[in-house]
Amino acid sequence: MDLVTFYILAAITVLASIGVVSSRNPMHSVMLLIVSFGALAGLYVLLDAPFTAVTQIIVYAGAIMVLFLFVVMLLNQHKEDDPEAMPASLVRINSRGFVLLSVLLAVELAVALSRIGITTFTTDAGAVASISSVARIGTALFTTHAFAFEVTSVLILVSMVGAVVIARREH
Amino acid sequence: MPTLNHFLILSGVLFSIGTAGVFLRRNLITILLSIEIMLNAVNITFVSVGRYQGTVDGQIITFFVMTVAAAEAAVGLALVIALFRHRETLSPDAFTSLKW
Amino acid sequence: MSQLTLADFGISQSLIAHLVLIFVVFQALVLTSAFMVWMERKVCAYIQDREGPNRVGPAGLLQPFADVIKLVFKEDLRPKAADTFLFMIAPIISTATAFAAFSVVPFGGETTLFGLLDQPLRLEVTDVNVAVLVIFAVASMGIYGIVLAGWSSNSKYSLLGGLRSAAQMISYELSYGLALAAVIMLAGSLSLREIVTNQAGTWWGFIPKWYVFLQPLGFFIYMTAGVAETNRAPFDFPEAEQELVAGYHTEYSSMSFALFFMAEYINMVTVSAVATSLYLGGWLGPFASGTIGWVWFMAKVLLILFFYVWMRWTLPRYRYDQLMEFGWKWLLPAAVLNLIATAALVIWLG
Repeated sequence: MDLVTFYILAAITVLASIGVVSSRNPMHSVMLLIVSFGALAGLYVLLDAPFTAVTQIIVYAGAIMVLFLFVVMLLNQHKEDDPEAMPASLVRINSRGFVLLSVLLAVELAVALSRIGITTFTTDAGAVASISSVARIGTALFTTHAFAFEVTSVLILVSMVGAVVIARREH
Repeated sequence: MPTLNHFLILSGVLFSIGTAGVFLRRNLITILLSIEIMLNAVNITFVSVGRYQGTVDGQIITFFVMTVAAAEAAVGLALVIALFRHRETLSPDAFTSLKW
Repeated sequence: MSQLTLADFGISQSLIAHLVLIFVVFQALVLTSAFMVWMERKVCAYIQDREGPNRVGPAGLLQPFADVIKLVFKEDLRPKAADTFLFMIAPIISTATAFAAFSVVPFGGETTLFGLLDQPLRLEVTDVNVAVLVIFAVASMGIYGIVLAGWSSNSKYSLLGGLRSAAQMISYELSYGLALAAVIMLAGSLSLREIVTNQAGTWWGFIPKWYVFLQPLGFFIYMTAGVAETNRAPFDFPEAEQELVAGYHTEYSSMSFALFFMAEYINMVTVSAVATSLYLGGWLGPFASGTIGWVWFMAKVLLILFFYVWMRWTLPRYRYDQLMEFGWKWLLPAAVLNLIATAALVIWLG
């Protein structure tokens, strides 16, 4: 793992996410979120999880975001229309948003970091190799977590049917 | 070498950004996008702790989180479309009929 | 005074070799796409009982370069109401993802370039242990190029073409992935290099152990889904000239149009290259696979590309609802059946 790479990817992720939340144009929000997901996939590769990185691109950036894009285009929401948005300009800082964000962050980090101290990742080469092995993930998924896997398939079926029923035009 | 703390701080920052987005934005689609940011922050936590422990369980849970996020995004967007058809607006302030 | 070598700067011989290899692969892809322009026009012409381009260069081989020069000199138009940034970035996304997908495809064994290199150089840009999924991921990113092109042109023809094309690509990605999954089950690995090396050897001395003989239905499903993914005939309704003007790239001109064209051809090359690696034994041939494996690879890829072009000028176009019905109601169940049959085969044969 590399510290510089981590900082670059983390900076892209955080800046893109701030852009998503503060942009007035929903189209730009969707595009920036795709950039954020790409940087997150890079972070997963850094964590020796290439399968999760590729799954992130396929599922999140390649499928869910296309869905969002379709909805934004169909509802013709590409124009800016949100007067309450956090402004993107750094000169005028929306104090309400800023305060909320900093309070949340401070509380979270204070609680979390006070409990763990400084920790380094395990450097055991055998463990690292087993984490990035797709065979290991597949075995665990289909044996230890087989029940959750089957339930997930039912969940997807339910959401598919539900989405079609809800979005259907009433005649 | 980044430590576990680096990743946990990143996750905390992302989660706060997502939460701020959900509370402050008045556009249904942007609220859904902020929820996705929060889910991704949680994913980063799982994968990094899994790496810390040297097990594959973090990635398994991430797999399920992604699947559930996909299902929830599909239903959420269907609801957004249905709501938009009624009021022609995406602001949550327009859907206040149940308020007393 | 001791001499400074490049190694003192951290630049090793293998790094330079890799950079040269990346450059060679990139140029080869661009030249192949230019060659495809020529091949398409020639094959189309001979199918239609005429000769095709034969003036520019020997047998018209320099025709693609003439086309590119003409396109470069055209004015780069942009409709006024279009979203400028997305309008410009759409062809870039299409082309970048088309090139990126080729980065995990191995096209030869190891070579030392006749003893020039100290360590043998593997003929591929990179090899990750999830190579097949990388190709899948990059293909799903390619959808954005088309959707953004259709939408940012701010014209109803482009928008319709873009949405239809995106829906088509998403639908056929499912069958594509399931056909891939069946091959992965047979090979036991996601890395393309390992899948190819698993296909070495022959049965009874003359039938090579390619997966196409074990998976004929899978090969058919993969090629059909691949043709639909690259928006080629008979699945090219979204860019059909007669129906929608030119679909999602109606409003593009000069180099942006050339980029979309090139992206489409390079996507075809990638689908063919992956099909070769998965089903036709990659760079393995009857003899000398270690040294001239890349010749076998190129021959097989060109064969599949010829089939692509042949299909375009022979088969009539599917209507959009027929296309979607075929993808969901016929190809997807067939892919699932193929997967189940392959799983049974793997368990039964151990």
